[in-house]
Amino acid sequence: MCSLPVPRQPLRRVAVTGGTHGNEMSGVYLARHWLQAPGDLQRPSFSATPVLANPAATAACRRYVDRDLNRTFTTTFLTARASPDDPYEVTRARELNQLLGPKASGQAFDFILDLHNTTANMGTCLIADNAHNVFAMHLCHHLQLQKPELSCRVFLYQQPGEESYAIASVAKNGIGLELGPQPQGVLRADLFSRMRALVAACLDFIELFNQGTAFPAFEAEAYSVSGTVDFPRTQDGDLAGTVHPQLQDRDFEPLRPGAPIFQTFGGEDVLYEGESTVFPVFINEAAYYEKGIAFIQTEKLTFSVPALPSLTPAPSPVP
Amino acid sequence: MTSHHVAEEPIKKVAIFGGTHGNELTGVFLVKHWLENGTEIQRMGLEVKPLITNPKAVKKCTRYIDCDLNRVFDLENLGKNISEDLPYEVRRAQEINLLFGPKNSEDSYDVIFDLHNTTSNMGCTLILEDSRNDFLIQMFHYIKTSLAPLPCYVYLIEHPSLKYATTRSIAKYPVGIEVGPQPHGVLRADILNQMRKMIKHALDFIHDFNEGKEFPPCAIEVYKIMEKVDYPRNESGEIAAVIHPNLQDQDWKPLHPGDPVFLTLDGKTILLGGDCTVYPVFVNEAAYYEKKEAFAKTTKLTLNARSIRSLSR
Repeated sequence: MCSLPVPRQPLRRVAVTGGTHGNEMSGVYLARHWLQAPGDLQRPSFSATPVLANPAATAACRRYVDRDLNRTFTTTFLTARASPDDPYEVTRARELNQLLGPKASGQAFDFILDLHNTTANMGTCLIADNAHNVFAMHLCHHLQLQKPELSCRVFLYQQPGEESYAIASVAKNGIGLELGPQPQGVLRADLFSRMRALVAACLDFIELFNQGTAFPAFEAEAYSVSGTVDFPRTQDGDLAGTVHPQLQDRDFEPLRPGAPIFQTFGGEDVLYEGESTVFPVFINEAAYYEKGIAFIQTEKLTFSVPALPSLTPAPSPVP
Repeated sequence: MTSHHVAEEPIKKVAIFGGTHGNELTGVFLVKHWLENGTEIQRMGLEVKPLITNPKAVKKCTRYIDCDLNRVFDLENLGKNISEDLPYEVRRAQEINLLFGPKNSEDSYDVIFDLHNTTSNMGCTLILEDSRNDFLIQMFHYIKTSLAPLPCYVYLIEHPSLKYATTRSIAKYPVGIEVGPQPHGVLRADILNQMRKMIKHALDFIHDFNEGKEFPPCAIEVYKIMEKVDYPRNESGEIAAVIHPNLQDQDWKPLHPGDPVFLTLDGKTILLGGDCTVYPVFVNEAAYYEKKEAFAKTTKLTLNARSIRSLSR
């Protein structure tokens, strides 16, 4: 498996972004809190910068104002000539690209930690682009070891050949934290505390790396996107049913061919017609209705992640 | 000959409202389904009309467009002169009042069921506006008995200042149905199946009543609103604390003085003051952040209804 280069310098410019979706409240409240009291974000070798990514959507307690900010960090949007008619999130993406990027440049931030919630029963989910990102895989592994009680799962969102579009892609590296279930517009104490503890553990990992800790190779398990499934629809495109009770809340559990996935309003069951077992995630996520997604199918991968070498160069062998 | 039951007129016109809040999806999709295929809500001799009350908010999957539809059915708003400057929901309230009211008139619908969801862990809830309504107490008793062992709670919003002008209040017998927990913008099959059963039992009750069945005296336990509690806030008015983990999801459970209520963002616990045990409801409801309501305190009491029977037809 080919791996991406790992950092050879300490990570000093780190950002924690909340409110990328304005109604996902754990990150909104953490970012607001840290903007006033940033103590949690300080480590000996760096201080992470809190960012309220979509302030207009946050003020309105909506996912976005004009379009999904977290799908807007593509070259096309970031480099097109600015116009007063641009959607709010396109303008905001350019501002964030100035602040945290520019994307794919040497001046970009070293790392972005992006905070999200889902209405799906995803528990603690760590979102990385792909399995080749050795540094991110080590960070995820570190969280799994530090927080065994959370059963952190790793979700790999990037499909082959797809351009990165999420906020973390502006920095040299990054991951997303996705905690659920939590309704949009609701702040639950349990998820708020868990998110806060996870951010602390992420910053601790970066600190360990900056201090010269090496991390050994390991066998990783992750869930990689393989497709999406829409709700049953009427001829007008309206919902004709919803997620079956036997699938609801079963994120990351195996879904086998022939198992019920939807219940129509007429009372019929719709069965899964795929040919192989998949692992559904983001089951019944509120924000994905408009995207035509009832759940995302993943396949479960196991793969080897090479060691993350220490920043301090090992003494050269004596000639 | 003296009669010990209250004789009432048979019920003729029933409406089922969904989408009064456009992002509470159970009512939205049940009503849409019944508009296409209403077999399951039809009962002999009864007119049952489903309606999407706030179609614009449903289309945008938002609670409302300009203001909360479920707070504007007061006589002042209903009597305003029609103008383009009126909030969309006030105009819509006037239309609904013409079709299903007018409020407080002989012509109004007999029963209106208004279907809602909450993000709070309230289970199946029936909302009662008037503690002396024998017919609805009997209906709620019937629904509770039919749903058992699934719990079904009754929330009484009778209060000199906290009662609000609901969409259903144009009917002679207004019934609020509230099922949770369900995030806004999400449609859960389990919640849908529960709400569907509540409507089935309610319509069966009306049918039995119209057929002349006598319902003997009964009693139900209800939770009556006492006061609303806001989140602790900082000097700028921003929320400074979350519902405490011990209170989260504990709707209807006793909350004693000294029990934790909030957890501040810097980690301090805030306890319940006062000297009486209360029963919290609408704990951490998403839509109530803007109404400055973290939860409502209720007190538990028993309501009795006399025997009822419809006048023979």
